[in-house]
Amino acid sequence: MNKLMVDSINQNMDEIIECWIAQMKEEKGERFFHFMPEHLVEKTSREFAELMTSNIMETTAIDSDKLNDFTEKIVRFGWSIKFVNKAIDNFSFVVFGLLEKKGIMNDSNLRQFVETITRWISPLRESIIDAYSAEWERTVSLQKIALQELSASLIPVFDKISVMPLVGTIDTERAKLIMENLLEGVVSQRAEVVLLDITGVPVVDTMVAHHIIQAADAVRLVGAKCMLVGIRPEIAQTIVALGINLHDFTTKSTLQKGMQAALAMTNREIVEVDGE
Amino acid sequence: MSYRSSVEIYTEWDIVAARQLGRNEAKKTGFGTVDQARITTAISELARNIYLYAGKGKIEIERISENGAFGIKIIASDEGPGISDLRKVMEDGYSTSGGLGAGMPGVKRLMDEFKVVSEPGVGTTITAKKWLH
Repeated sequence: MNKLMVDSINQNMDEIIECWIAQMKEEKGERFFHFMPEHLVEKTSREFAELMTSNIMETTAIDSDKLNDFTEKIVRFGWSIKFVNKAIDNFSFVVFGLLEKKGIMNDSNLRQFVETITRWISPLRESIIDAYSAEWERTVSLQKIALQELSASLIPVFDKISVMPLVGTIDTERAKLIMENLLEGVVSQRAEVVLLDITGVPVVDTMVAHHIIQAADAVRLVGAKCMLVGIRPEIAQTIVALGINLHDFTTKSTLQKGMQAALAMTNREIVEVDGE
Repeated sequence: MSYRSSVEIYTEWDIVAARQLGRNEAKKTGFGTVDQARITTAISELARNIYLYAGKGKIEIERISENGAFGIKIIASDEGPGISDLRKVMEDGYSTSGGLGAGMPGVKRLMDEFKVVSEPGVGTTITAKKWLH
């Protein structure tokens, strides 16, 4: 009986795919099937169908390369996991419909078919969702690494003066990274003045302020001075309202002003020279 | 009919989501950049308190109007350990987590109205409002 089913599915693959695409197009909130070029939809659908039928014979296992290839592709296309699940559901509905239409499945063997198809689809669904979430986790962890690479490098600007521009949200993990990079950089670059630029930090709450104060204290311990620059007017007001004490800090509104102050602290200045 | 949206706080990143929501709502209400920063910072403090002390909870943000005045209401609720000494918590410089201890009194100063309801062992609900002047 299984053989009959397999043969029937394989013979009518084109019809199944066509039916399936039609059903998928009716899904609410679905963009893929409407906005992608026709040949891409066709190709992806065929791959999906191939994947779906790859373990149809009880003897063949799911092709893991094919599975990973396909999930990588649909994650990139932006299919949601809900949509993937729906796709699998619809596929089994279409197969059911086909078997009924061809007269292979009838009232007397329905129960048997339900069992066979469940045994076929269930592990498949599990593997696809598994591969999908693994792919997703991989994407997230890559982005995390990319974010980490972006954060917090200490840049030597002049002799004895370094700048650390902070951009984005500061969480506990980044605060740790900032502290490490700051101290390491101060020592290796022999900086005497460090400018922490918070122009790109959207919110300065007590935690962020706390981390900045700690970083500045640590910088002082290794023998350098820390200056806070890039304080926007609205940030200044919230810092005052929060009652955060930054009296021990030299603070400046812009990096430019901070740089002038830093040069003055190290007994230097920028002067214009007359053109000859 | 008031409009309310909420963010569940489970991880540190939910704090970012909560204040992003707050900033958008504040912008829609018509607050300027300074008040937007105040509201966002207040949400950040409240959400962080939930994350630090209760583990999980919820930040709700509502656009409100009363007697022709418009504003925004933040409700931070959790079912955490509660606050045993409310007066101490509202003092500047008091912290049980080694922080600055400026969060709660800070939020009170950042916002126009501020109310704490807390019962040890049951949870805490903090309501804060900011009016558009």
